[in-house]
Amino acid sequence: MSAIVLLLLGLGGMAAGYLFYSRFIADRIYRLDPNYRTPAHEYEDGVDFVPTNRYVLWGHHFTSVAGAAPIVGPAIAVIWGWLPAFIWVVFGTIFFAGVHDSGALWASVRNRAKSVGALTGEVVGRRARTVFMIVIFLVLLMVNAVFGVVIAKLLINNPGAVVPVWGAIAVALVIGQLIYRRIIGLGVVSVVGVIALYSLIYVGPKVPIALPEQVMGLSASASWILLLFAYAAIASLLPVWMLLQPRDYINGLQLFVGLILLYGAVLIGNPTVVAPMINDNVPAGTPSLLPLLFVTIACGAISGFHGLVASGTSSKQLNKETDARFVGYFGAVGEGSLALAAIIAATAGFATLADWEAVYTAFGKGSLTAFVDGGATILAGGTGMDVGVAATLLTVMAALFAGTTMDTGLRLQRYIFQEWGEIYHQKWLTRPLPATLLAVASCLLLAFGAGGADGSGGLLIWPLFGTTNQLLAGLTLLVITIMLVRRGRPAIYTLAPLVFLLVMTLFALLIQLKSFYDKQDWFLLGLDVVVLVAALLVTLECAAALKKAFREPVEQA
Amino acid sequence: MGNRILGALRRLSELGTLYYNAPYRAAIARAKRDEEDLFMLLVFSEMMGIPNPAAWSTLELQPLLMDRFHQWHTRMGMERSPLDHFRCC
Repeated sequence: MSAIVLLLLGLGGMAAGYLFYSRFIADRIYRLDPNYRTPAHEYEDGVDFVPTNRYVLWGHHFTSVAGAAPIVGPAIAVIWGWLPAFIWVVFGTIFFAGVHDSGALWASVRNRAKSVGALTGEVVGRRARTVFMIVIFLVLLMVNAVFGVVIAKLLINNPGAVVPVWGAIAVALVIGQLIYRRIIGLGVVSVVGVIALYSLIYVGPKVPIALPEQVMGLSASASWILLLFAYAAIASLLPVWMLLQPRDYINGLQLFVGLILLYGAVLIGNPTVVAPMINDNVPAGTPSLLPLLFVTIACGAISGFHGLVASGTSSKQLNKETDARFVGYFGAVGEGSLALAAIIAATAGFATLADWEAVYTAFGKGSLTAFVDGGATILAGGTGMDVGVAATLLTVMAALFAGTTMDTGLRLQRYIFQEWGEIYHQKWLTRPLPATLLAVASCLLLAFGAGGADGSGGLLIWPLFGTTNQLLAGLTLLVITIMLVRRGRPAIYTLAPLVFLLVMTLFALLIQLKSFYDKQDWFLLGLDVVVLVAALLVTLECAAALKKAFREPVEQA
Repeated sequence: MGNRILGALRRLSELGTLYYNAPYRAAIARAKRDEEDLFMLLVFSEMMGIPNPAAWSTLELQPLLMDRFHQWHTRMGMERSPLDHFRCC
């Protein structure tokens, strides 16, 4: 099977989804109105509410939702063969993610640009809002723990990437100062920044850095995890303009450069997909495809995190309501194309089937490492780049994405702790430092609790992360569905994905519960029970709220 | 031709700046305001009984900051000016 065919089929399918299905959803279901006065105009204040060019807004939306998660999920899920992952990513993007993301934008724009959290409270009920907060906290906790483990693995796998990955932070710090103090303009800064970053990537493999195997009784992996969290804690306490903003900008550039390079290399080199279409020979202990596929790939097919971005920031800047289709739906298509690139890298980047099987020896293996190694082979074959440099380039890209998610995630977790401190009158908890330390401690507990002293098994919680992310998406879909029902419009296009997600999520949690019990892994079993309780609460909320909504008379056409 | 290229580049740079700034507008505005609040506190510190070695210089600034002073004390949760000798509303 040629990778070009896979690429064209996937991109073609998602493009058709954007051209036809999203038009249908926007015109007939959400009925986006070009004359509706969006909150960006209604409450324009030059700070939060600013009507923004739709291409720029799409750029943000896309780069904020696309990170390491749409790479990790597909790169794990190809263990069942390339076809299931491919179908779920393409159809998920068309019928789930696009509808969910543009719907979240629409729902927020029609409700004074409120966030999904606030909307859940208003549209569904106060109890649902509490559940929402808990689910968000679980999502952040798991994503931070997993990404810490994943970056540590990447740095050990490719010691040549250590210099550019940490060097990129220095580059970002300098860029941040240059722009904030208006020393030079953005154009020059971008060119200089990109040159600096790529020089580091070129130099990196020549000066590999590996941590000693044991430092004070800690393995190299554990030391990296601790270092990464120390970094993320400091980064999340710094003012955003200093590090987060320039890093986000560099990541955005990297995302486009990386995607163009990878797709270009596939088109030039035409690698062969060596992984089986459907893997009959999965390693022992691999859970069944149904339902685990649907929680292993969350970002890239549908992800609740998008709803947070769409309703948190994008909806306040939407110039016209009809832009929701381009920004929301096409943003999801962008993320789908990143997931597709990850599938191709992790299935076509190996010389033979035996090589591929040597990487995918157990469930949770492969992931970012397979993406980096496979992608590097494709890049080297297509562009003639040195394999070491190509691997470093992809490692830096993946590590920067994951790192930015980590420090944003810690920042958000800190806000949640601070909010809890205020609700429960714990003055000490409302301060940034103790709240950050508590957030870091909870993530470390999870990373090491799930993975043992060296944190190597941390990827076991990946499907659990997927489940919580799907629960979040379920809550957003619930809000949209209720709004549609109240307006007397067909709700099936959001209700069907909602039901599918909830069924798969509950099913996956039960399957995993049994597997953790069989392995006598009490830590993960406990975590699974927590998520299961949250999932049941979400399901009950959905059932109650929908029953009520269908009984109520239609409010407006 | 040259003008058109220049125009396109300028437009690109505008869009880039928008892309760089838009997501963080709120956070930066808040940070700037915090900095300004600290500055106000320094300028008006003598009136609140906090010794200020630079009082000679900051005294000159007070009339210039009249408008902002009003916004500042309302934001700090005080409806009326907190200073006896300094009435703005």
